[in-house]
Amino acid sequence: MSNHLFNNQLYHLIMANVKELIREPGVLFWGTVFPILMSLGLGIAFMSKKDVIVNIAVIGKSHLAGNPGNSISTLRSFMENNGTPLEKSRDGTLLRKFILKDDNLGNTIFILHYLTWAKAMVLLKRGNLNLVLDENMGKVQYHFDPKNPDAQLSYLKLSKILDNPGKRVIGTGEEIKPLTISGTRYIDFLVPGLIAMGIMMSTLWGVSYSIIETRAKKLLRRMVATPMKRSNFLIALITVRVALNFVEAFLLFLFAYAVFGITIQGNLPALILLFIAGNIAFAGISIFSSSHTSKTEIGNGLINAISMPMMVLSGVFFSYHNFPDWSIPVIQLFPLTMLADGMRSIFIEGAGFSEVAIPVFILSGTGVLFFIAGLRIFKWH
Amino acid sequence: MDHNPVIEVKEVHKSFKTVQAVRGISLNIEQGQFVAILGPNGAGKTTLVEMIEGMQNPDKGEITIENRPWKGNELYLRRIIGISLQETRFIDKLTVWETLRLFASFFTIGKDRCQEVIHLIGLEEKRKSYVVNLSGGQRQRLALGLALLNKPKILLLDEPTTGLDPNARREVWSILYNLREQSRTSLILTTHYMEEAEQLCDYIVIIDHGKVLKEGTLNELLGDFYNDIPIKPVEKRKITLDDLFISLTGRHLNE
Repeated sequence: MSNHLFNNQLYHLIMANVKELIREPGVLFWGTVFPILMSLGLGIAFMSKKDVIVNIAVIGKSHLAGNPGNSISTLRSFMENNGTPLEKSRDGTLLRKFILKDDNLGNTIFILHYLTWAKAMVLLKRGNLNLVLDENMGKVQYHFDPKNPDAQLSYLKLSKILDNPGKRVIGTGEEIKPLTISGTRYIDFLVPGLIAMGIMMSTLWGVSYSIIETRAKKLLRRMVATPMKRSNFLIALITVRVALNFVEAFLLFLFAYAVFGITIQGNLPALILLFIAGNIAFAGISIFSSSHTSKTEIGNGLINAISMPMMVLSGVFFSYHNFPDWSIPVIQLFPLTMLADGMRSIFIEGAGFSEVAIPVFILSGTGVLFFIAGLRIFKWH
Repeated sequence: MDHNPVIEVKEVHKSFKTVQAVRGISLNIEQGQFVAILGPNGAGKTTLVEMIEGMQNPDKGEITIENRPWKGNELYLRRIIGISLQETRFIDKLTVWETLRLFASFFTIGKDRCQEVIHLIGLEEKRKSYVVNLSGGQRQRLALGLALLNKPKILLLDEPTTGLDPNARREVWSILYNLREQSRTSLILTTHYMEEAEQLCDYIVIIDHGKVLKEGTLNELLGDFYNDIPIKPVEKRKITLDDLFISLTGRHLNE
């Protein structure tokens, strides 16, 4: 390399940013190791078939002498025949367990606690159980919060047993075919979202917060008091961050490929283009959000105010279609939503250039607009 | 000493919201002259220096350096000026050498000058130390070294020894003594330490509330003051700038 390069300010600014990054272990942990750990944790949590424990309260004396013919007594006789012997819990209440075997979905362990109504309500409020069985006119009544999906599932499973007391195993039949092929699992949904979120978080903190911190410690002012080109300062900061984002995304993908067998089913150049567009969008937003303040506390708040709503709403961890219908068109306008949706379409739907052209255009345009607006109000000293 | 002013400040004013920081200050600084701007905290020293270094625009008045205004000459003026700001922090995890190389690159200056400067500021042994691990005095010497990288014609130092212990302060002074002997650099130094102004500078401007209260060489200032006071001390040397400042404002300099 020539002396010219070694005396070049852009080269030195880039190297200063690189050195600052690699000499700060926290940056590498949060940027690289943490997303991998998150994908590992969530991937395993959603892929393993671990036993599900369902705590249910049964009100009254139905565990003792039942009234033959009604449903509670059906439950009682079912539990006597198939469940574990009656035992005392640590707090002195009586309980029985029954394991519903399921080869495909994982076993469900029902623990029936024989309680008074008042005690059952206390445990329900504490979240220790989500279903209460009572008897009315000789019939079983199921008390649960209809908006709680776990409670609904407990009800459906238990009612299925009581309707067919002979059926002690579900999930082995022909009717359930677990989807384990690449592209249809939760981890396939999660990884593109994590890559998109990584780009957002890394760029916002790496560019926006760095600028604010440099301004806060008067280093920015000191630098612009020299003949340093201001554009070189920003180019160096953004270049290093985009390169780091690429490394982080690549490592996360490699990990997901090795551990979960994730593949890119669509067009790789289109993915790279979308990746660059996402970086442009968040770099522009970062410049805009850091354009004026010199207080790191305000910077912290600004970055959280920008990133937190998108992290929750943009469908990184679960589909945003769970939100009300009216909100979905708004959510789809968020840069993170566009980036995550685009990435997913390439990773798991086999999309190419034509499918991601609009998000690429909008993301790049958003970045450029924010960049220009940010520079117009940028406080250099 | 050349008698052509390198820096001309003409009747400058600067206000921030309701505060009038500088109210009609004029100065002429010649080549090779070391000038101290002396005043208590809040006197307007930093604002005045920031206007001279092109960081703030005066609301009224004019500043020229080598007969050039800042507007339209920024790149040239940045090349001939060296600056050390109050309380600047550099990149924590860069070494002393890397920090010098980074700032040298802004002036397209090579390794040789960095080597000269690291020797000048006495930080050869700390060459590979991260900036974050330097003491306050060492950091201030580094800041001074960065300001000297481009062999500036004009050096602007804003409170270069504030917060330093007496030893560290003398180390900074020693670098500036050498500079005065070996170059024709003009220096503007703001301080609220009268000793610093007395030791280093050949011209002293005392300001308070954004106005010049008195200016001249140390002997002129103290001589005039000695002649003006009705009850004179036995020795003229016992009079200090602080006494002069108290007589002008009723306050001590470092209040």
